[in-house]
Parts: sequence; C-alpha cells; structure tokens
Amino acid sequence: MTLHMPPILSYALRRLVQAIPVVILIMIGTFLLLKLAPGDTVDALVGDMGGADAAFIARLRAEYGLDQPVWVQLWRYMVKLASFDFGWSFVYEQPVSTVLMERLGTTLMLMASSLSIAFVAGIVLGAIAARRAYSATDNLISVLGLVFYATPSFFLSLMLMLVFSVKLGWLPVGGIKTIAAFYTGWDHVWDVVRHLIMPTAALSLIYLAFYLRLMRASVMEVADLDYVRTARAKGAREGRLMTHHIMRNALLPVVTLLGLQFSTVLGGSIVVETIFTLPGLGQLAYQSVVQRDMNTLMGIIFLCAIIVVVVNFLTDLLYARLDSRIELA
Amino acid sequence: MTLADTEIAPPEPPRYVMFWRRYKRNRAALLGLVLFALVVLMALSAGIIDPGDPLRRAGEPLTPPFVNWETPLGTDQLGRDVLSGVFYGARISLLIGVVATLVAIVIGVVIGALAGYFGGWVDDVLMRITEAFQTIPNFVLLLTLVAIMGSKIEWITVAIGIVSWTAPARMVRAEFMSLRHREFVDAARNLGVSNTSIIFREILPNAMPPIVVYASVIMALSILMESALAFLALGDPNYASWGNMIGQGRAVLRSAPYCAVIPGIAIILTVLSFSLLGEGLNDALNPRQKK
Repeated sequence: MTLHMPPILSYALRRLVQAIPVVILIMIGTFLLLKLAPGDTVDALVGDMGGADAAFIARLRAEYGLDQPVWVQLWRYMVKLASFDFGWSFVYEQPVSTVLMERLGTTLMLMASSLSIAFVAGIVLGAIAARRAYSATDNLISVLGLVFYATPSFFLSLMLMLVFSVKLGWLPVGGIKTIAAFYTGWDHVWDVVRHLIMPTAALSLIYLAFYLRLMRASVMEVADLDYVRTARAKGAREGRLMTHHIMRNALLPVVTLLGLQFSTVLGGSIVVETIFTLPGLGQLAYQSVVQRDMNTLMGIIFLCAIIVVVVNFLTDLLYARLDSRIELA
Repeated sequence: MTLADTEIAPPEPPRYVMFWRRYKRNRAALLGLVLFALVVLMALSAGIIDPGDPLRRAGEPLTPPFVNWETPLGTDQLGRDVLSGVFYGARISLLIGVVATLVAIVIGVVIGALAGYFGGWVDDVLMRITEAFQTIPNFVLLLTLVAIMGSKIEWITVAIGIVSWTAPARMVRAEFMSLRHREFVDAARNLGVSNTSIIFREILPNAMPPIVVYASVIMALSILMESALAFLALGDPNYASWGNMIGQGRAVLRSAPYCAVIPGIAIILTVLSFSLLGEGLNDALNPRQKK
C-alpha cells in the first residue's frame, strides 16, 4: 500500500468494510422475512379505505411494483437503499427517511445519557467493589447490581413514575418537552433534561449492573498481575496504582462489552420510549409493528444496523488506544 | 506405617456429591436455589390454589390486598385475582424461559460447533450470519417476528429462542476451536470416527460447562423479554403473564399500585434466582476458575 495509515486505523477500517456484507445480509433477511407476513402495503391501504374493487387493487399493486416476483422487488429495494431511499411511509404520509430523521435525535440523546451514566457508575462502583472485595461495601454493591439486573426496565419505569411524578410531582410523566410552553435557551435545555431523567434511569440501571459486575471481576484479575505487584513493591501508593496501573487494562473487557451491547440498548429503548411517550426510534419501532408500517420498520432496522456498525468502529479505535499491546496486523 | 497409608487414594465421592459440595459453598447460590424452588412450587400448585381460569372475574374489582380472604392479594380493575395471576404467571414464565433457552442453545450449539470444527469458509459464512443477528437489536427482531408470526405462545417462545442464540454460538465456537486439535480428537479421527460423532460425542461434552452456566443468563433474559412483550400487549392474551399484569396495572397505577407492584416483585425474584443459580453452577462446574 502506498498510503501510510496508522495500523490502528487500517485495522478498524478493515472491520468497517467487513461489516458491509453483514448489513446487506440483514436487509435481505428482513426483506424476505417481512414478505412472509400476511398482507402487503396495498392490503393495508385498501383496508384503510374500507375496500376497493379488484381492478383498482391490481393497479395499485402494479404501481408499487408488488406484482413483480419477490427477487425483483428485493433488487429494487436494495438499489434504492443504496442511495438511502427507504420508500414511503403510508402511516405518516411522509418519506420514511424524514420520519426517521425526526426521531433519531431523541433516541441518540436517550442512549448517550443512559450508556454514559451506566458506564461511569458501573466502572466506579465495580472498581470500589473489587478493591474492597468480600467486605460489607462489596456485598452491598454486588447485591444492588443483582437487583438492578433482575428489574425489568418497564417495571422500573412505572415505579419511578409512581414515586417521582404521581406521589412527589417532581418530574414530568412523559414526552420530550413541555407542550405549548415554548421555552427557549437554557429553559428549553433544562426542560428536555427533566423529561429525560426517568427514561435514562430506567434504561441505564440494567447496563450499570452489567458493567459493574464485569469491572469488578476485571479489576480483581488485573490487580493480581505481576506488573501491579512490581509497582506496589516499588512503593506506588494504592490510589496511584489504581489510576495509573490497573484501570487502563481493567477497562478493556468493559469497553468491548459497551460496543457489543449498543444494539441491545437500542432494543431496550423500545419499551422505555413507549412508556414515557418519547418520540424516538424505539417508540416508532413499536408503532410500526403494531400498524404494520413495513417500510418504516425496515428503515429502522437499517438505521440501527448502521448505528451499531459505526459504534463498533469507534469501540475498535478506543480499544486500540487503551491497549498498546494489541498487534493490529 | 498404618494400613490407611497405602498409595491407593481414597475413592473420590460420586460426581453429583462433588457438584453439590462446590455448589453449596456459595451462600448466594443457595438463596437462588430456594427462590427457584419457590417459583417452581408456585407454577406447580397454581391449579390447586385456584382451579378456575385465572383470567376470570373472581371478586369485586380493585379489592386491595389483605382485605378479602377469597382474594388475598386483591383484584385488578376487572376483578381478576392477583394471587392467582401471579401463580399462573409463574407457569408461563418458567415454560417460556426453559423452552426458549433450549431453542437458543440448540441453534447456538449447532452453528457454533460447525463453525468452530470446520473453520474456513463454513466459519466465515456462519460468523457473518451470527454478526447479522447480533447487529439487529434483538428486541426489534423479536417484535418483527411476533408481528409476522402472531402472538401465539408457541411462536413467542420460539421467537425468543431465535433472537437469543448468538452468544452461546460464539462460546461453543471458541471452545471447539481450542479443542479440535487436541490429542483425543486426533485419536478419534485416526480411528475413523465420523465428523458427526467427533462433534457431538467427543468435543461437545467438553465444551458444555460454560454453556450450562450461560443457559441461566438466557433463561433470565427470556423471562424479561416475554414480560416486556406482554407488557406492550403483544403477548398471548389467553394466558396470565406477569408482564401483562403490569401492563394492565399501569392504568390504575395511581389508585391501585399493588396491581403492578406484586407481579413486578415476582419477576425480580425469579430473574434474581436464575442469576444466583448461574453463579452457583459456575462455582460447581468450573472450580478451577479464579474467583
């Protein structure tokens, strides 16, 4: 190669290229899967109109290309997808891409806040538990982790609502902003933050539990390694040992998990967004399943796949930055 | 030198005794076992506690708990007995948990074993498929499958299995890759044992312990997924389900929070029991693993 790239970057880029067939596979699979569903778009349309004569139905089918063999339809869909054309949503009467873009921001905001809180709290609590292993503090943290892990997000959402909205009246019960309040500037930001507190808490606790458990195990393992003992023997203080010697290596498996779990968090946002009526992709996914808006559903799946691929790319970069031992051949 | 000091080691106790000794060393795992037994007992005795349909009207709607001994945990807005719903819900949760986990493990073992044993293009193709399944958020895929196949309980169970097999597949693949060049496998191959036999009789038993431990995780996640589906009113409406009870309880959250709280506690304790069981199994099956 004439181009000189840091090995980290070329490794991550290669993985990014490898993801392309995976995304194509997902879209072909989803397309064929949805073709198995009883009824097509025209059936849904005609149903909405309250019936129509056979000639009209046939004309509609021809217009949308639904009279073609499945392979032809698949090919046409994939060609359009390559230019990010997801088709038309008959429920929202807008192009699917417009619907998706309107919703993307809310979901990304929810995910970013949930994952960052889960990640930071998880590694801090996990490190504390590991350093005081088998003490009362460790037991308390571990029990909390197990309970968080076992609590379904929808149940937690309802309990938070019951306490903070119904009983105390501190937080709004749903939506992303106060309707007809027309806040501007910092008032608007604060309003959105207040609407995101409960959904974020509901979505983040289970991941907090994951990171906490993994971090505890990871720190305990790394703390036993020879290089840490050497550093301690040379007189490094415990605090410095933690921040300068243990943390960096102990974080590696947690970072891996963060990348792997991104798609699970997207799935979890379906329940949380639906409960808190947040206008994001998760709520849209639920609605398009219920309303059989297949174009929108396909668009969501495509967008999710792209987000996951991009996040994995970023995780690779972060991973390589954390671990200088990795040979990126 | 006494008679006891011969070179012959005392006979090792049977495997299940060793297993139990290692398991019971973990007190949390014992608690998990007790909770698990409790849930199983609830599932088994549901028909004795309430021989009728748990979805029927059993008393005055919204009777609070501990008021009427006919309905000790109260009734919901349609007069359905909460206690009876919790007991019958245990059946559904356990049933779906166990069957969905079996489905996931079978798919995962077959795909992981083929990929890890044969390697090469088989591995490439199977791993791309696995990555595709890992890339789609599994709850989105689950909703899509349920939208297509309908909300019958059998389909929901299979669908949960279909979205849960990727992690066991990767674990089995890793085990197979590390075991396939070991002496005992070469020996079997030289004796002319078929690939199928080598995969299932020689390698698989050695690859199973981590899978058994992970099964408890899948079981817990399956129960959570089923309850989330039922909460969103996409579950099978013909069966009492904890998720569905919570979903219905949402409508009366302000006036009768117990309708949602009681089944919620049931889910938490059940999932907790599986997590703790998993830890005990891990201690018992992988004793050399560093704690």
